[in-house]
Amino acid sequence: MSERVAVRKTYKLFIGGKFPRSESGRSYPVQNTNVSLASRKDVRDAVQAARAAVAGWSGATAYNRGQVLYRVAEMLEGRRDQFVGLGVPTVEVDEAIDRWVWYAGWADKIAQVYGNANPVAGPYFNLSAPEPTGVVGVVAPAEPALLGLVSVVAPTIVTGNTVVVLVAETAPLPAVTLAEVLATSDLPGGVVNLLTGRPAETAPWLAGHMDVNALDLTGVTDPGFAAELERAAAGNLKRVLRPPAGPVDWYADPGLGRMTAFLETKTVWHPKGI
Amino acid sequence: MLARMTATAASARSDLTEVARSEATLRSFLHGLPGVDQVGAEQRAAMLATRSIKTTAKAWAIDLAIRMVDLTTLEGADTPGKVRALAAKARRPDPADPSCPAVAAVCVYPRLVPVAAEALRGSGIHLASVATAFPSGQAPLEVRLADTRAAVAAGADEIDMVINRGAFLAGRYLEVFEEIVAVKAACGDAHLKVILETGELVTYDNVRRASWLAMLAGADFIKTSTGKVPVAATLPVTLVMLEAVRDFRDATGRQVGVKPAGGIRTAKDAIRYLVLVNETAGEDWLHPDRFRFGASSLLNDLLMQRTRLRTGVYSGPDYFTLD
Amino acid sequence: MFEYAPAPESRAVVELKPSYGLFIDGEFVDPLDGGSFTSINPATEEVLSEVAEAGPDDVDRAVRAARRAYAEVWGPMPGRDRAKYLFRIARIIQERSRELAVLESLDNGKPIRESRDVDLPLVAAHFFYHAGWADKLAYAGLGPNPRPLGVAGQVIPWNFPLLMLAWKIAPALATGNTVVLKPAETTPLTALRFAEICQQADLPPGVVNIVTGAGKTGQAVVEHPDVDKVAFTGSTEVGRQIARAVAGTRKKLTLELGGKAANIVFEDAPLDQAVEGIINGIFFNQGHVCCAGSRLLVQESVYDEVLAALKRRMARLRVGDPLDKNTDVGAINSAAQLARIRELSEAGTAEGAERWSPPCDLPDRGFWFAPTIFTGVSQSHRIAREEIFGPVLSVLTFRTPAEAVEKANNTPYGLSAGIWTEKGSRILWLADRLRAGVVWANTFNRFDPTSPFGGYKESGYGREGGRHGLEAYLDV
Repeated sequence: MSERVAVRKTYKLFIGGKFPRSESGRSYPVQNTNVSLASRKDVRDAVQAARAAVAGWSGATAYNRGQVLYRVAEMLEGRRDQFVGLGVPTVEVDEAIDRWVWYAGWADKIAQVYGNANPVAGPYFNLSAPEPTGVVGVVAPAEPALLGLVSVVAPTIVTGNTVVVLVAETAPLPAVTLAEVLATSDLPGGVVNLLTGRPAETAPWLAGHMDVNALDLTGVTDPGFAAELERAAAGNLKRVLRPPAGPVDWYADPGLGRMTAFLETKTVWHPKGI
Repeated sequence: MLARMTATAASARSDLTEVARSEATLRSFLHGLPGVDQVGAEQRAAMLATRSIKTTAKAWAIDLAIRMVDLTTLEGADTPGKVRALAAKARRPDPADPSCPAVAAVCVYPRLVPVAAEALRGSGIHLASVATAFPSGQAPLEVRLADTRAAVAAGADEIDMVINRGAFLAGRYLEVFEEIVAVKAACGDAHLKVILETGELVTYDNVRRASWLAMLAGADFIKTSTGKVPVAATLPVTLVMLEAVRDFRDATGRQVGVKPAGGIRTAKDAIRYLVLVNETAGEDWLHPDRFRFGASSLLNDLLMQRTRLRTGVYSGPDYFTLD
Repeated sequence: MFEYAPAPESRAVVELKPSYGLFIDGEFVDPLDGGSFTSINPATEEVLSEVAEAGPDDVDRAVRAARRAYAEVWGPMPGRDRAKYLFRIARIIQERSRELAVLESLDNGKPIRESRDVDLPLVAAHFFYHAGWADKLAYAGLGPNPRPLGVAGQVIPWNFPLLMLAWKIAPALATGNTVVLKPAETTPLTALRFAEICQQADLPPGVVNIVTGAGKTGQAVVEHPDVDKVAFTGSTEVGRQIARAVAGTRKKLTLELGGKAANIVFEDAPLDQAVEGIINGIFFNQGHVCCAGSRLLVQESVYDEVLAALKRRMARLRVGDPLDKNTDVGAINSAAQLARIRELSEAGTAEGAERWSPPCDLPDRGFWFAPTIFTGVSQSHRIAREEIFGPVLSVLTFRTPAEAVEKANNTPYGLSAGIWTEKGSRILWLADRLRAGVVWANTFNRFDPTSPFGGYKESGYGREGGRHGLEAYLDV
């Protein structure tokens, strides 16, 4: 009996819940596989998809978002072997799954921890509560490929933001596989958009895009490039999360910072009277 | 949305005669009036209270305030002697200064109207009487109407009636309306001031509704209080009533007066009310025919401040009569 | 006619020196290159004082003084001691509030009623509030051991000179930072008076440094390499430049920028209070307010009555001498600002909107602009999109709540919004959807030190005031 010929997977982009090839028709090889090489127009399409998803995702109940994130963990658990097969260490896959679970639980707690009533000196109800910033552009870290990606995406979307993620050039395969997890996790299309290719080429388009509200530069390792992107982000005063100053322990308690970086505080006043 | 239309300054005058056709129409009209936000209304009144009225403006305002006083005595202990003294004071508030104007009116219980009428004859000072089983209004309608007729017959040309707060708070608006209409009829030519007793209505929404109800029923004046319950006139209550008369004139063309009563004791208070009138209803209401103060001790403080302005030194109570 | 006689607040409580130096390291010093400018009273164009202009070397001196104070005194000082200095400052401000209010009105042009009843009470309250935080930062929910950032470079605008100073300095000091602050060039005098208060409070030298000057001085503060934190309140355009300037540095940045707030009036609004809210929203402080309700959105079913009531109320506004206690609308802060207001108003007329102002006598000297509304404005008009920062209101209409939200959010700004309706569920529905950092429902332009303030989108980032405001000055 001859050996079965395997069905190979085409690694494509993830935009608006679908898996298109790059509109440019370009690809680049990684581990003997051709991976889509996203263009500026793919950035444009991804931002459009992310913007379209904001109302539904940010308007969903926190309970619902928490369940969706937990569903991602469930789906990821079922596909552990795929990631291991791509070379992701078991311990990293486990931590990535647990990270989804951790953030899933934050969905309906962050407003309680990060918002509060304000005792103003007058007859007013006054409440400050966090709201998502909107569309967040993310330059994902190259290492660790899966845990790093999950650690920047999960905290950003759990609060109701949508993301356009530029996956590190060297580590696209776990990202596209994660996209397949997301696509089967009840996550509405457009909440997470993943672009493989060269962030050095696409990041400036994302940083300068006037319909992107914030920028996470965690994956940018060249300080000069980070500064250039931050300057471009100033065009519409994007909130910018700068690259970490030193090495990051991705296995440590992540804290609230990655959630609060992409939250706006809204304060509502109303008189109290009869 | 009839109430909406009536509350405008639109030139088109609304026909409000049908509003009181039934309990239902009256209720929907009153409940359709714009709400009053308590905090906002009180802030506006407080801001206007910071107006600083000095020198010539103050002198003008004090004289106007004196001319707006309904000099009042409403005690169980009132006697003809007390009323005659009050009338004398009304004619010449400051015996030392003939340039001091007379007050607008003297206000007494119905039994004392004949005494007051005699004492005020020829003075041009109005004679007001609190009829309709003042201050509670809790007497049968016929008794209240008889009370009114008697006061008018005895010489009162202004009647201060109390509304039936129980009926109002229970939502029986038509009953309140019809009682006012009946009293108005009993008044004949006498002017009718309708006391809302705002301290018992509690909310500004109620004050606005009661103001409109009284005006629709024919009130010539709307008045805050009897002075017999703990909460009497306040600046914000008067603000809401001034807004009501302003809007009512815009809607109907008829100008109704406003009378805060109770608790207004100082010239400073009175001037704050005049500022409120000036900046809410406007100068058309800065006249004794359109705005009154129901007060007893206020007059002496107005006189003291008047003297202070005239002489340049602070005066003292010994220099003003205690009638 | 009830004509209020003039009721001017006495200027005698304010003693002004002919000239002021820079406040660096606890002393007033002359600038190294000797530059200066004058600060004038915008209501009369009279020169109030000559003020030193800080050059880059002066800014460097100030930053070095702040660094030294941070390293040696203020950083190591226990929070409870920092608190006492801030409480002391708050008390001195209360004690000298009349003097500060008069000076603020003289230098800024705002009515004394506002500087006396709004600005100064809030300034003192801001120091009181933050004083209490100084020894409680571990309980602020921002992590177990929040650390100060170091030296804060702060640039503030001219619309609320002393209040903006308080918004900047109080949280910076409470969290253990030291400060180099640049007040606006048209309104430096109360900041210099505040420097004297720091001396009176025996605040250690170098903790607060005040460098006066214009844009170049501000740029030197922002770009100084030894500044750890930059806080700016002002225009979106300058905010953008600052964001570019600090890109790639370690400096933490917070920006409080422009706005074009929608004030939304529904048919079931408490109308008299709504009209007050509209008036307060746009004519408070001559409309020199970043969160001003400069776009009135009125439901079409009540448009006529709201407009009539608004015009009637506008006719009651008393425009004139800022020091008169009965003045509601004072002077425009500067000739340059007046020119901008005029330019945009003329654009409004040119684009077809209908302009209206009540009859209003304006003084001959000084910078004045009558309270103005434009009707027939559409979203595409410049006066509906650009921040005028003056007493000019653009009136638009809507038919449904969804349309109101759409129009309100149709702007690059997102600082504040107003909602007027007596229907509670509609308020909450709308508040959820408005992309603005502060939503006032059935009120407008309320401020409190406990209440975080700041914008969405191009209105900036970070919050000032409240527990949230501490984060801007802490390494968390």
